[in-house]
Amino acid sequence: MNNIYMPSPYKILDIQQVTNIEWLFKVEFDRADEINYGQFIQISIPKVGEAPISVTEFNVEEGWIEFLIRKVGKVTDVLFDLKAGDTLFLRGPYGNGFPFDEKYKDKHLVIVAGGSGCGPVRSMINAVHKKFKSVKKMELILGFKDTNCIIFKDEITSWQEENNLVLTVDKMCEGDTCDLGINEGLVTQHVDKLDLSNIDDLEVVIVGPPMMMKFAAIEFEKHGVPEDKIWLSFERKMSCAVGKCGHCKIDETYVCLEGPVFNYTKGKKLLD
Amino acid sequence: MKISMNKINFNESLKKLEKKYKIYAPKLFPFAGRCSDTDLVRYAEVSTIEEMVFDKKSNFSPKEILLPQTETMFYFTEKEYKEPDVEEKGTLVFLKSCDLHSVKRFDEIYLKNKFSDIYYSQRRDKIKFVVVGCKTGFDSCFCVSMGTNIPEDYHMGINIREDEVELEILDEGLKANFQGQDKEFEIDKVVINKIELKVPDEINLEDVINLDLWREYDKRCVACGKCNFVCPTCTCTTTQDIFYSENENTGERRRVWASCHVDGFTDMAGGHEFRKKHGDRMRFKTMHKIGDFKKRFGYHMCTGCGRCDDACPEYISFSNCIKKLTAALGGEDE
Repeated sequence: MNNIYMPSPYKILDIQQVTNIEWLFKVEFDRADEINYGQFIQISIPKVGEAPISVTEFNVEEGWIEFLIRKVGKVTDVLFDLKAGDTLFLRGPYGNGFPFDEKYKDKHLVIVAGGSGCGPVRSMINAVHKKFKSVKKMELILGFKDTNCIIFKDEITSWQEENNLVLTVDKMCEGDTCDLGINEGLVTQHVDKLDLSNIDDLEVVIVGPPMMMKFAAIEFEKHGVPEDKIWLSFERKMSCAVGKCGHCKIDETYVCLEGPVFNYTKGKKLLD
Repeated sequence: MKISMNKINFNESLKKLEKKYKIYAPKLFPFAGRCSDTDLVRYAEVSTIEEMVFDKKSNFSPKEILLPQTETMFYFTEKEYKEPDVEEKGTLVFLKSCDLHSVKRFDEIYLKNKFSDIYYSQRRDKIKFVVVGCKTGFDSCFCVSMGTNIPEDYHMGINIREDEVELEILDEGLKANFQGQDKEFEIDKVVINKIELKVPDEINLEDVINLDLWREYDKRCVACGKCNFVCPTCTCTTTQDIFYSENENTGERRRVWASCHVDGFTDMAGGHEFRKKHGDRMRFKTMHKIGDFKKRFGYHMCTGCGRCDDACPEYISFSNCIKKLTAALGGEDE
C-alpha cells in the first residue's frame, strides 16, 4: 500500500528574498502536472517536522514549484538556513484548489488578495495573464499593510498592463513611494473600482487573513454578488493533510480534504 | 459454533494461540492509578483469563492497540526515510461491545476518509476481536442510548461465567483452537443503563455555537485533555520529529495522540489560533461526538462508554452535557 505520509527529496533551485519577511523558494518537482491552482504541499524537514505551504507558482515543462514563505514557525525557521542546492522533502499536492476549469473559465474573474494571500492566487493570475486568455476579463485588488510589504512587484507591473488592478496599502506612511500606482485603505474600500455591471458573469476569489476575507465577502454581497459566486481559501493548521489528524476540522469538514478553497455558501457556515 | 469450556482448558487454548497472536485484554496494575492508592486497569498483554479484568471499567480503551500513543512513522537519515518493520504476529483483543463499536469509528477515519493509512491498515488486518459479554454496564455508561450495546462484526464472542467460558466462534481460523461442549446461549448485552439520554438526530453548528451552556465549561474545564485520551473514539494525532543524541543526523518522525481540548491544537504558524475558550473546545468535541461525525459518516461517534466522565478531574459529565444540549435545542432531556 502507498504510504500517504512518505515525503520525497527534491533539490532547491533558487531562493530569493521578496520582502523583509518573505522569501521565494524554487524547488525541483516532478509532480507539477498534478497541481491545481490554490493547492498546498507538505514541506518536510527531517528532525524538524512538516508545514503545509501553498503553491505560489509551478511549471510543468521545466519541473519546478515555488513557495512564498514567511519565517514564522519551526519548519520555516530551518528552511531559511537552507541554500540553493540543498535538499527539501515534499509530499502532495493536497486540497482541492480553485475550480478554474469548472467555474471560472470564460467568466469575468475578480481576485481580491491580501498580503501573503497573494501566494495561493499567483499561479492562477499568471496562468490567465501569461499563458492563455481563458477568462473574459480579470480584475484584481491586491492589499498590503504598507509599501514595504508589497510582493511580486515585477509581476504586478506586468498584470497592470492588461488588467484593472487596484493596489492598496492599509495606511500610507510618510515617505512611502511606489511606482505602481498606489491607493490607501482596506481592500473592501476599493470594491467600487471594479466593474460589477454584469453580476451573472462574475466569479470572485478572496484570499487573505480571516477578517479580510469575511468583510470582503460581505462587501461583495452588498454589491449584489450572490454567495455562490464568491470563493475563499481557508487557512487552518493542517498537520497530516490527509484527513486523519483532525487539527484542521471545522464541523464535519476537513479543510485539508474539502478545502482549502470553499465556495462562500459553504465557507460562511464554517464557523469556529 | 457455540461451545462452553472450563477455564483451565480455555487458558490452554490461549497458550496455543500465543504462538500466533499477541493477546490483549484489560489488566489490573495495582497502585498505578492517578490518585494515591488507586489501581489502574488498562489494555496489556495477557496469558490467562484470570489476568483479564472485566468487572471493572478499564481506564483506557483498546485504542492503544489500534493507534499507539506514540508511533514511529519513519526513521530518517539526512538523505532518506525508512518505514519501521511490521509486527509479524497477529493480535487478539478481548473487549466489550462499546469498545468494539469504536473500532468501526476508527476504520472510518483511518481507512475510509478519502485516504487509507498504511500503519493503521497493516495493524488492523492482523487484529481479531473477541467480544466479552456485558450485562449491566457501569455507573457512567450510556451504551444503550448510543446504540453500541449490541456487538457487531466480531471474530469470537465469550461470556465469562464463574467456572466456565461460553464461546461463540465465528472466525474459521480460531475454531480449531477451542474444543468444548456444544451449548446454546447468547452473548450477554446491556439492556438498560443508569444513564439514559436522547441525542438529537441532527444538530446544526449555527444553532449551537452561541448557546450559553458552553460558557459553563470556560471555567470548569481545565483543558487537560484527559477526556480525549481515554476516549475510544478520539482519533486525532500530531506529528513530532526527534533526533538521537548519539547521532544528531538520524532520528524519527512520530505521531502521538492529540487533544482538541489542549492548548495549541489549532495553532498556526504566526500565532493565529481558534477556539481559545475552553467552552468552545467542549462545543467542538461535543459536536464531533454527536453531531458532525454523524453528518459525515451516518452515525454518532460517541459510544457511550463514559470514560471521559470517569477521567475528568473537574467532574464534568459528557452525558450531562448532551442532556443540556438536547434541552437547549428544545428536546426532552434536561
